[in-house]
Amino acid sequence: MAVTQLVGAKVHRREDPRLITGHGHFIDDFTRTGAAYATFVRSPLAHARIKSIDVTDAAKAPGVVGVYTARDFKGQLAGTHPAAPAFVAEKKYVPERFPIAEKEVTYQGEIVAVVLAESRGQAADAANLIQVEYDELPAVMDVEKAMQSGSPKAHEGAADNICWDLTYTGPEVSDAAFKEADVVVKERILQNRVAPVPMEPRGVLAEYEGFDKKLTIWMSSQNPHFIRLFVSGSMGLKESQVRVISPDVGGGFGSKISPYPEDYLVPALSRIAERPVKWIETRTESIQNATHGRGQYYDVEVAAKKDGTLLGMRMTQFLDVGAYVGTFSAFQACACLMAGGAYKWKGISARTVGVLTNRVPTDPYRGAGRPEATHLVERMVDLVALELKMDPVEIRRKNFIQPQEFPFTQNFGLVVDSGDYDKALDRALELVGYEELRKKQAELRKQGRYLGIGISTWIELCGFGPSAATAPATGGIALVESAQVRVTPTGAVLVYTGTHSHGQGHETTFPQIVADQLGVPYDSIELRHGDTAEGTSFGYGTYGSRSLAVGGVAISRATGKVIDKGKKLAAHMLEAAEEDIVFEHGSFHVKGSPDKAKAFGEVAFASYGMNLPQGMEQGLEAVAYFDPPNLVWPFGTHIAVVEIDAETGHAQLQKYVAVDDCGNIINPMIVDGQIHGGAVQGIAQALYEEVVYDEETGQLKTGTMIDYMLPSIGEIPPLILDHTVTPSPTNELGVKGIGEAGTIAASAAVINAICDALSPLGIKHVDMPASPDKLWHMMKEAGK
Amino acid sequence: MKHKVSTTVNGRRHEHEVEPRLLLVHYLRDNLGLTGTHIGCDTSQCGACTIHVDGKAVKSCTMFAVQAEGKSLTTIEGLAKDGELHPIQQAFWDEHGLQCGYCTPGFIMASAYLLSQNPNPTEDEIRRGLEGNLCRCTGYVNIVKAVQSAAKTMSTAPAKKATVAAGGN
Ligand code: FES
Ligand code: FES
Repeated sequence: MAVTQLVGAKVHRREDPRLITGHGHFIDDFTRTGAAYATFVRSPLAHARIKSIDVTDAAKAPGVVGVYTARDFKGQLAGTHPAAPAFVAEKKYVPERFPIAEKEVTYQGEIVAVVLAESRGQAADAANLIQVEYDELPAVMDVEKAMQSGSPKAHEGAADNICWDLTYTGPEVSDAAFKEADVVVKERILQNRVAPVPMEPRGVLAEYEGFDKKLTIWMSSQNPHFIRLFVSGSMGLKESQVRVISPDVGGGFGSKISPYPEDYLVPALSRIAERPVKWIETRTESIQNATHGRGQYYDVEVAAKKDGTLLGMRMTQFLDVGAYVGTFSAFQACACLMAGGAYKWKGISARTVGVLTNRVPTDPYRGAGRPEATHLVERMVDLVALELKMDPVEIRRKNFIQPQEFPFTQNFGLVVDSGDYDKALDRALELVGYEELRKKQAELRKQGRYLGIGISTWIELCGFGPSAATAPATGGIALVESAQVRVTPTGAVLVYTGTHSHGQGHETTFPQIVADQLGVPYDSIELRHGDTAEGTSFGYGTYGSRSLAVGGVAISRATGKVIDKGKKLAAHMLEAAEEDIVFEHGSFHVKGSPDKAKAFGEVAFASYGMNLPQGMEQGLEAVAYFDPPNLVWPFGTHIAVVEIDAETGHAQLQKYVAVDDCGNIINPMIVDGQIHGGAVQGIAQALYEEVVYDEETGQLKTGTMIDYMLPSIGEIPPLILDHTVTPSPTNELGVKGIGEAGTIAASAAVINAICDALSPLGIKHVDMPASPDKLWHMMKEAGK
Repeated sequence: MKHKVSTTVNGRRHEHEVEPRLLLVHYLRDNLGLTGTHIGCDTSQCGACTIHVDGKAVKSCTMFAVQAEGKSLTTIEGLAKDGELHPIQQAFWDEHGLQCGYCTPGFIMASAYLLSQNPNPTEDEIRRGLEGNLCRCTGYVNIVKAVQSAAKTMSTAPAKKATVAAGGN
């Protein structure tokens, strides 16, 4: 990219003036004249047969427009919930899922009926009058037991609970490595089920206009074009008849990617009731129904030599799929493909098993599969170091893929595009004061105090992705990205992208790129997104840290096409050959004579006029789709310092250092913000968060913010950040993703610190969340 | 049965007949169209709905509209004056104290109250003062910075501080 002014600068966010003054546009801020409100009646049981639903009283309640059950949607909606192949091409069993249950409910919170009323209050009142009779069935909760042949089934009549069982690489792949081993360490590592909890719950407002046969849906979504695709298909409409508008989105973290039952039911209700219908999720509905993340355990073995050389790994992922298969559930299996982390291995054997239970489905949650992989490999490397009495820094250095080895083809054939892992590690060690800390730790140990230092040298694959890899994974649609750049006659620039920000600041960063490339004032550029009626015919949404590395590059390419056309026109205007036109700092000039020039605005204006070169059409706009040649591979080192109070078991996070490398940086302020938020989500998974269901009945015990512990401002220490910059060779901007990095890195750093602190007690491994109560018990047990 | 409620919101008088069970936050959003005050939970945990009632920070989901009878309320929409951002708003902008922005109105209102009570809080006091608000995006790092920077600006512009203490009217 050319010498720039805005790329790399801390540009204040454009979205902020409206958000800090209370003028944002979130889904609950929208309504339509004549809208009716929907309240869903949900199963209070985890698994049951529906015997009967009596709506008589509800239907007569004040303000009620109608009460609807599965039968009413049969002619309205077709098909089953989409379950993408993702990283498991063929699944053994995908239960049919209609957005509303008819005969059987399979998780607490599944929809059984819906009330439509004139006001929210009336809808809620009437919903309480609906009588549903259930025959309770055994709830399948334990993943390990669910795999046994005699287990009850999460769905009645199913052969078993196995959704998938895929061996990527068999034991033979790591046999040689294990034969050579001096030491083998084994561990079972849990990934606690967590809830994404964006501060804004979901919501849908739909208006079906019967005479025009047009449907408009306003909703809080990371992925409006995919929603249009799915909902139009289910409702028997053309995509051209459906418009999805996702306005300001109050956080998503993966939970607003896939379609949900309400995304189909609310539009269908609008068509049935012939009026706009609005539904806003309550927080309890959100924790109960929005897809959860993680919910896995891993059985892992690692083989190494005495000198710390890592040789081989054998791992199996057991994933709690939940009651239905989330649209991108199998994406989480990428944990297997990333299990090798930043290191070189002779062989890795990997298998993933997806198991159905009577819980809400799991689906991608910030990082999806990559935090699990990092947690697993970083834990195992520490266990090997402990076994060999090696410093965790030393073992990492010994096994890192080296800078000169990139592009590096790892064990599963993925090509790691670039990296310099030592550099980030060095910087993090320096920032945290590693040597000093080790000395302090030794001192404190003498006093019976438990200080621990945990290192996570993480890597990530993101920027989904190359068509060859992603089209088969979605069932046909390549996750490339589209962009359109339109220049108006006065030289104002409208940029349309198929990604959609939910806090990432795209309205700011994407115009930064375009401003530099076109050399026009930043204020003349406007980014539009989140509305399927605008811009290109398809967009791919924001998730998997893809928006900049795929969407940003598409924008840059569309901008390039605009410049190309501008050059042709400028050549004509300047009576020069096109090859002689140079575009610099917002002006086209003839090579060698900078005063023979036309400003970008002049050329834009001329493009709408009559004096065009032969064969050129009017206008100045372009569309580009970017199909990246590879994924991008950010990396870094996070270090956590934790002290554990022997009296209470409380793990106090004292210091947290994050050195990350996402290639070239467009806006450092936003990059840091992403790391802050991401790291805190990982820290919170390690220390606080867990969705708890009763293991017998399947009742959700953490359905409110009282019981589900989100970190508050009191829990988190200041984070110390720095960056190294290793530009990605995969795209011309040299950028990688940064949205998930913090989360990918953090849990391993924190748990490694806790295990390091407790190692004098002989404690080798602690599972998440490392609550005071858990640690206190472990310490007491170990002290005996 | 409906009840009459009259309030002053952001300096303007309002009178409505409302159901006794109507929450203040719904009154502000649905009856007055002041949608800057957000709802993030059902259990009064998140603080997204924080406003000022007679100068004090209150989670508006913990009050019924009828309880606001005769009171003077300030919402996020009432904080900027004459097209000029309040120093706390400016500080959230400058320090990147928001990402999705959903929690932000609540945080700004809670911070405004905090600084009206304690114009020079330590970091610890800021963290304790804002414990009733949750943010899922920022990890709170830049929220703390924003409040620190606002405190600095406001201590050199005492007139603005007084406005906040008086409930923004
Ligand atoms: S809406 Fe969450 S505290 Fe009021
Ligand atoms: S900025 Fe998104 S919840 Fe705080």
